Amino acid sequence: MTLLLLEVAWLALPLLVLSVASMPLTKQLKVAIIDSNPALGRRDCIEKTDLPDPRVSTVTPATISFFKDVGAWDYVQQNRHAFFDKMQVWDYTGLGYTRYNARDVGKEILGCVVENKVLHASLLSCLQKSDFHKTIYPSRLTSMALQSHSKEVESKLPGAKLCDHGSFVKLDLSNGDSLFAKLVVGADGAKSYVRELAGLKTTGWNYSQNAIICTVEHNVENQCAWQRFLPTGPIALLPIGDRFSNIVWTMSPKESSERKTMNEDDFVKAVNHALDYGYGPHPQSSSVSNYGDRLSWLIADMTSSSKECFEVPPKVVKIASERMVFPLSLLHSNDYASNRVVLIGDAAHTVHPLAGQGVNLGFGDATVLSKVISDGISIGSDIGEISLLRKFEAERKPANIMMMALLDGFQKAYTVDFGPLNVLRAAAFHAAQFITPLKKNIISYATGEQKWPLFS
Amino acid sequence: MASKSLKLCRALCNNTQHGRNIFLALSASRASQRIQRRLFSNDPQPDLVDPPSTSPSEKPQSHDTRRNEGGAGRRPFSSSLNDVELAKFSAIAETWWDPVGPFKPLHAMNPTRVSFIRSALCRHFRKDPSSAKPFEGLRIVDVGCGGGILSEPLARMGATVVGIDAVEKNTKIARLHAELDPVTSSIEYCCTTAEKLVEEQRKFDAVIALEVIEHVADPAEFCKSLAALTDTNGATVISTINRSMRSYATAIVAAEYLLHWLPRGTHQWSSFLTPEELVLILQRASISVQEIAGFVYNPLTGRWALSDDLSVNFIAFGTKNMNSQ
Repeated sequence: MTLLLLEVAWLALPLLVLSVASMPLTKQLKVAIIDSNPALGRRDCIEKTDLPDPRVSTVTPATISFFKDVGAWDYVQQNRHAFFDKMQVWDYTGLGYTRYNARDVGKEILGCVVENKVLHASLLSCLQKSDFHKTIYPSRLTSMALQSHSKEVESKLPGAKLCDHGSFVKLDLSNGDSLFAKLVVGADGAKSYVRELAGLKTTGWNYSQNAIICTVEHNVENQCAWQRFLPTGPIALLPIGDRFSNIVWTMSPKESSERKTMNEDDFVKAVNHALDYGYGPHPQSSSVSNYGDRLSWLIADMTSSSKECFEVPPKVVKIASERMVFPLSLLHSNDYASNRVVLIGDAAHTVHPLAGQGVNLGFGDATVLSKVISDGISIGSDIGEISLLRKFEAERKPANIMMMALLDGFQKAYTVDFGPLNVLRAAAFHAAQFITPLKKNIISYATGEQKWPLFS
Repeated sequence: MASKSLKLCRALCNNTQHGRNIFLALSASRASQRIQRRLFSNDPQPDLVDPPSTSPSEKPQSHDTRRNEGGAGRRPFSSSLNDVELAKFSAIAETWWDPVGPFKPLHAMNPTRVSFIRSALCRHFRKDPSSAKPFEGLRIVDVGCGGGILSEPLARMGATVVGIDAVEKNTKIARLHAELDPVTSSIEYCCTTAEKLVEEQRKFDAVIALEVIEHVADPAEFCKSLAALTDTNGATVISTINRSMRSYATAIVAAEYLLHWLPRGTHQWSSFLTPEELVLILQRASISVQEIAGFVYNPLTGRWALSDDLSVNFIAFGTKNMNSQ
């Protein structure tokens, strides 16, 4: 009865199941997926002519390689997706900007923007095609409890010490079924019920910001990712393909409700205003020759993007989808694992969307967890043992916390409009733009090639 | 001084009756001194003139009893040593599976030991290392199994495992814990010794004795028993602690006195074996050591890893020589 149990198959979770299915040591595990979402059972056909859904994710090259390893990338390539190799980041003060190019680190792409439903469908279709032993329970979890194999054994055990090693988790579902599992993986999002049942505490706070997302259309192709930091929050323009782009605009809750309800033309004007001359001037296209020979030693091997001028993003012509609003917060579970329960993805950590890292952290978790389970099986340990799960935590927690700290730092740094701080931020833009090793470091870290920022 | 008492001891043990009285007298005078015998040298045991009180007919009898009782310790004079060791483990038996109890270092070291055993046995028995149950069909005996922390992973890897331990409490705890999981409930635990199993003429494909040999009174005899339990073409795996300056500093001083990883007195430095000695006594028992590796602890990560450094903990894998029975 080697059962590995999973909760709510959204994104990180199907990747975990596929990784487990593809490794020789873990192929024989029996997996049950509990998800009350009806779409799970049937194969959703994605019409290529559909307008892009505003819920998109930016997947890093590291995530793309995970997908390729489990064979789920082909489906994505057959549907709408957009690789981008350029990125421009600037702010409203007009004091500086940074342009990134994949060629700076010798790569072809910085990332790929894919609709969430395409990612989901790709993972699910891969799962359905595999002959892995999985059962889907279209129901909701109501309770779970640690249990040991036989009641009489429990009574004979000296003290409570051995009972703590309850050998199964009993899960009760809303349709009356009961399941027994050796390991429960909770991937049920930021408001994780599994986390609540397991009694894992979290730390976090709400950013007093909401994000509006919607799909927009241009007259020209957009192949660059744009992000401008405004006084109330960043606005990001990400290419989705076919002249469509996705807007992620962070602002205060009051403004978000206003902008959600304003008519479409006004919203388009507001977006163009925010991306162009609104709130402040364009940054000067600094050319390095301004600094003369004094900096020639520093800029000896400059990257191509350092020489690029500031560009204005393409104008938005019309909106192509409804506007969705959701609140932003930071959340981190103090422990990712307790006895026989482990959390991955948003259930363990949620971040600000300003760098498009959230879903990639979740995919990273899934890959590492499958590797840890595989290693555990190779040495015959019980997959639900807390010592094994702590290994997963020790691998992922520092990396996740580092990323969260950086993103939180950025978010806080850009919410303050204070003269010297603005100059500091401008200096940071310039540093990232011209100091090649720093730029390479930033790109490698953001694309998932490097585990730690600055120290590789 | 120590070597003189060692020689005296050897002389005495050949003569159980008389020797016991003298030994007790000695131990009364040097109560804290532990006398261990290391039968490594090729010198024949000194031929003693029997004291007048012992009749010649008793001598063959004493030899017989010695042979039957074997190395893990029922010699009249050495059984007291062994009882002390047994009592040590009996006292902390309940804490075997406590993740923060006195056996925590063993739990931390276990994954590394199991991965060595897995790779060595898979290679020897030509099993597929990427299978989840590579030991399917192998009979393994875990000598000195304690609470079963090695037996359970072996069972999960598909082996038919027999776990034996001289301390009854340990086998009870091991049995109870193994019942918690249906895969491991097939492990057979017995409170017995390797010698008794030899008498029962049991044979196994792999005989594993980890962290045991430093606690037995006569390592050479113990190795002979392990060899007798190993089937032809079988494997023997022994792990122990090296007798070196470094191991004194880490395994005794640091582990027992400074870090309190182990209860004080768990190990006696004088009963540690160097890799050369272990290989030699295994050779005498017709087992040739094929692979030997060390474990090192990384204090920064808190993890153990396999390495070439044999100076503290090491594990040896040997196969039974073809020309022995």
